[in-house]
Amino acid sequence: MADPVLSIRNLCVEIPTRHGILKPVDGVSYDIAKGEILGIVGESGAGKSMAGNAVIGLLNPPAHVSSGEIWLNGKRIDTLKGDALRRLRGKEIGMVFQDPLTSLNPLLRIGDQLVETMLTHLPISKSEAEKRAVAALEEVGIPGAAKRVNSYPHEFSGGMRQRVVIALALCAEPSLVIADEPTTALDVSVQAQIIALLKRLCRERGTAVMLITHDMGVIAEAADRVAVMYAGRLAELGPVRDVITAPEHPYTHGLMASTPLASRGQKRLHQIPGAMPRLDAVPDGCAFNPRCPRVADKCRQAPAPKVDGAAAACWFPLQHEEAS
Amino acid sequence: MALVSVKNLSRVFDVSKPWLNRVIEREPKAFLTAVSDVDFEVEPQTTYALVGESGSGKSTIGRMLVGLLNPSGGNVEIEGVDLANETDAAKVNAIRSDIQMIFQDPYASLNPRWRVRDIIVEPVAARGGKTDGLAERLLEQVGLSVKDAGKFPHEFSGGQRQRICIARALASEPRLIVCDEPTSALDVSVQSQVLNLMSDLKDNFGLTYVLITHDLTVVQHMADRIGVLYLGRLVEEGAPDELFERPKHPYTQMLLEAAPRMDGFGREVAPPEGEIPDPINPPPGCAFHPRCPLAGDICRQERPEMRRIGTTRVACHVAEG
Repeated sequence: MADPVLSIRNLCVEIPTRHGILKPVDGVSYDIAKGEILGIVGESGAGKSMAGNAVIGLLNPPAHVSSGEIWLNGKRIDTLKGDALRRLRGKEIGMVFQDPLTSLNPLLRIGDQLVETMLTHLPISKSEAEKRAVAALEEVGIPGAAKRVNSYPHEFSGGMRQRVVIALALCAEPSLVIADEPTTALDVSVQAQIIALLKRLCRERGTAVMLITHDMGVIAEAADRVAVMYAGRLAELGPVRDVITAPEHPYTHGLMASTPLASRGQKRLHQIPGAMPRLDAVPDGCAFNPRCPRVADKCRQAPAPKVDGAAAACWFPLQHEEAS
Repeated sequence: MALVSVKNLSRVFDVSKPWLNRVIEREPKAFLTAVSDVDFEVEPQTTYALVGESGSGKSTIGRMLVGLLNPSGGNVEIEGVDLANETDAAKVNAIRSDIQMIFQDPYASLNPRWRVRDIIVEPVAARGGKTDGLAERLLEQVGLSVKDAGKFPHEFSGGQRQRICIARALASEPRLIVCDEPTSALDVSVQSQVLNLMSDLKDNFGLTYVLITHDLTVVQHMADRIGVLYLGRLVEEGAPDELFERPKHPYTQMLLEAAPRMDGFGREVAPPEGEIPDPINPPPGCAFHPRCPLAGDICRQERPEMRRIGTTRVACHVAEG
């Protein structure tokens, strides 16, 4: 891959507690290229949001990056502190959170929030920023943008607010956008609008996107490649079509099969027995081994091989014929 | 005979400001019509699903079914008894123990200070019934261990808590369980476990479910009959095969088209226009007409009645079979 925008190498996040060190992210590596949408899927507690927060330096202490490297456009960013980190947020990396209401300041007009962000990061005058704020709102499809810049967040509906948040994330023209469950709080029809918007804007500007979600359907429609996380580790990484139609990792296979869509016409849904291990009780060897139908002694002793390129972190990956 | 029959059900909430504000600001009272003229019937031992986006009134209908809210108009009859208007206390009591509810958030619907055993037997204990060994038996039926009876809710994961909620709902041996978004708070792999459990219990105990959800995939898997709601109105009702293969109402078509698909790689669909209108000032005529591609003059003026096309019922002036 030619010069990825974001490159994460062997990232580990640790949380020291009284009962030992928890590892919500454990040795994760991936790249995102210019204009690419990388989907990160996993169930709750899989560490997908933690990995995103680590990139933008938003880990809540005592959680911290304990090892590994994060590179953005050829610059190492996991060691940045204070001002340097603040210049990076918003300017180089935009962020879209799940809940659009809590990511906007309720006391500031929408326009002021956009202007403030642009003045902080771009060398432009205030009147220029105000013009661009209207243009940014028009671009994300807010009708009557010239009037709506003077509205407060509570005057917008959920979908409109998420559009504003996307405008905010993109207004300083970052090279990477991290979208953490951007549509989870929204209705189906609005979700489709937001996903289409995110896809269009990022394609036009060549922005790289890290799309974190638990919704396999959203990933299938929006992402170019997908990384599946389980218990803080990468289970599988590959082009979205391969991972969904011919998953190699038994966890991915189970996950895909247990969505009601995949079991259409069957009386019972596919089930993965058990639940994801708690972070203080991740089993030895492969984290998935207690629930895995293909488990062997090797899986209980040696950690699964690291994902490299388009493969699964599994000693005994499913062959494509079997997976179907 | 239908187990549940809902006729012309409506519910209006008063969302006015306090009277002093109204006087000063010269505003009239404001009313939000959450449910408007909804009719449907649920046959025994089937699953009836109510789907719709937020604000469509699906949860309000659920709460009226179990008697947590009184209807503003129309009525709900369960086994022929209208809970809101029946005066014979004995009849009402008998019906009440036949109805149970499962809520969306398994973290909020269990009392954190009670042991699981007490939580599960409460619906029976509250009526003075015998509860010996009941909790243990139910825990096994929902796939938990007998030992769990002495634990507290915080010791369980989300999926396990939802199993406890299901066990509690089963305690009074109900005939009807209203499930309000039972798996929305759960992960996919846990969701499949809970849905399978619900199907098994339905077969074993001859239960009837009213399933309230926004997740079309869950509906398609679970339901025997589906009612699609928009802005408090039932717009289409039919069997899942018919509804998913040949949706007739333009809103149902839009909803199905917009839902993300596992095989929709790089799918480019024109996303639906607009959003659900303000329920305090719903548009005149058909509530969907501002977003509807087929809307004509009649749609703007006259509210469509439910009419039958084949096995489906549709509230639309222009829909055809």
